[in-house]
Amino acid sequence: MVEHRRFGNLLPHIVLLAGVAIVAFPVYLAIIASTHDNAVIANGQMPLTPGSHAIETYWNTLVSGTGKTTREPVGGMMLNSLIMALGIAVGKIAISIISAYAIVFFAFPFRMTAFWTIFITLMLPVEVRIFPTYKITSDLHLLDSYAGLILPLIASATATLLFRQFFMTVPKELVEASKIDGAGPVRFFFDTLLPLSVTNIAALFVILFIYGWNQYLWPLLITTRDDMQTIVIGIKKIIDVHDALTEWQVAMATAVLAMLPPVAVVVLMQRLFVKGLIETEK
Amino acid sequence: MEPRAIFSGRLLPCLLILPQLAVSVVFFYWPALQALQQSFLVQDAFGLSTQFVWFENYVELLQRPEYYQAIGVTFVFSALVVFFSLSLGLLLAVMANRNIRGIQIYRTFLIVPYAVAPAVASVLFIFMFQPGLGMIARAMQRAGIDWNPVLNGTHAMILVVIVAVWNQISYNFLFFLAGLQAIPKSVIEAAAIDGARPMRRFWTIVFPLLSPTTFFLIIVNITYVFFNTLGIIDTATGGGPNGATQTLVYKVFQDGKAGSDLGGSAAQSVILMVIVVALTAFQFRYVEKKVHY
Repeated sequence: MVEHRRFGNLLPHIVLLAGVAIVAFPVYLAIIASTHDNAVIANGQMPLTPGSHAIETYWNTLVSGTGKTTREPVGGMMLNSLIMALGIAVGKIAISIISAYAIVFFAFPFRMTAFWTIFITLMLPVEVRIFPTYKITSDLHLLDSYAGLILPLIASATATLLFRQFFMTVPKELVEASKIDGAGPVRFFFDTLLPLSVTNIAALFVILFIYGWNQYLWPLLITTRDDMQTIVIGIKKIIDVHDALTEWQVAMATAVLAMLPPVAVVVLMQRLFVKGLIETEK
Repeated sequence: MEPRAIFSGRLLPCLLILPQLAVSVVFFYWPALQALQQSFLVQDAFGLSTQFVWFENYVELLQRPEYYQAIGVTFVFSALVVFFSLSLGLLLAVMANRNIRGIQIYRTFLIVPYAVAPAVASVLFIFMFQPGLGMIARAMQRAGIDWNPVLNGTHAMILVVIVAVWNQISYNFLFFLAGLQAIPKSVIEAAAIDGARPMRRFWTIVFPLLSPTTFFLIIVNITYVFFNTLGIIDTATGGGPNGATQTLVYKVFQDGKAGSDLGGSAAQSVILMVIVVALTAFQFRYVEKKVHY
């Protein structure tokens, strides 16, 4: 960078390689374990190279359910996780983009009250109001339903704040121009504002999809039926059986399947992900 | 807020803001108020009658030694996770901030942990640290360490700290990298001309200039440890052994699940809410400051 280095960039490469090794090793080990027979894993002699049971294990895990612990097949759990993650991401974006639109572009009574009412929810994470929220969800007959999984997690002050901030940078002239063209608020929203927001929406979607997919506490509490479980909950139940009975190859295959969608989203949409991460937090 | 208010009409904006307000009221304010109300009440053993008892639930809570243990655990856990995940994130970011080949590949690998659910990350590490079959557990046993997180509180704490640090590295790495890239090259070159060696340049120039990022990350990491590690603790240790890994949030969860002491559990929730409000207020004051910087 500044001065000439005798060993070039050796040190950064060593440190970064070590970092990557630490980060990747647990994931690698899970992938390897999911291809071995449980007996090999249980006696602690698992090699670091892939075994030959991959197809069998993934088939059992995903489709037919595992024999011994009689769990639901993981395929159904993945579908539940997908519905929940998409519901949370799409729902949050939809309700927060329209509320930010109302707050920025309209003068109506109690505008600031509404803004603060939304803003304060930032300070009430689901973990601190968990049991009263559970009770209300149960009173509304939403236990064991997709609506119950999605709705309580859908109000997001973060997304509203992000859209509000972005809308305030939209030049006034743009609004004036579309007004001269005879566009009302609805047409302005769909023809001008929405196309301008596409990158923001996509970046937010990446973050919210991961947030939704990785939820733990809420689905754990409100799903009692096995067929409503998400995969993140399912994995806990697989390792929760008595030590000697744990089917590690199934647990690891489930872990791999649980990581796959969010990791794919982050890696494939890296630029959007970094943008979303840094903008939603600032 | 800048008054824009370009469109007129009252019904439309109200309809637009209604969904979010409705969800906020039903699933945020109503439960939060219920927790607050509940925390001032005592219910008899059959749930037939309730009595208003002012701050009795809080007083009783603050007299229980387990509550102080949970405060201590939360403090130790947060301090360890914040220290190690920030240090590692910073180290990797500093290394990645040089013009080296393959940086894109390194970055791709380093952001993976962010996408892994805390509970799933926990399962990956349990597999390595399970006495008897885990690769690292066996290596430690061969080295003469009697590793057993199921019985040994310190070992259990080490395990959950490792998982949480691993889970948070990506986040800290990305923010530190963004912070480092925002530091003008000319400042560092000027110091180099003055004869400052790389280590000295880092501690006297780069690190102080990064302090807004560091401060922001400390708050975010504390929030992470408070709330998002519940999945880690629940899968890895269940708060045990003997409450050695029972944080404040996990205690709310466990006490509430047992369901016997509604008032005490609600009082714990209210105390947590106060802590979150304090942390958020702290964070916003800092953001405000940075805007005027």
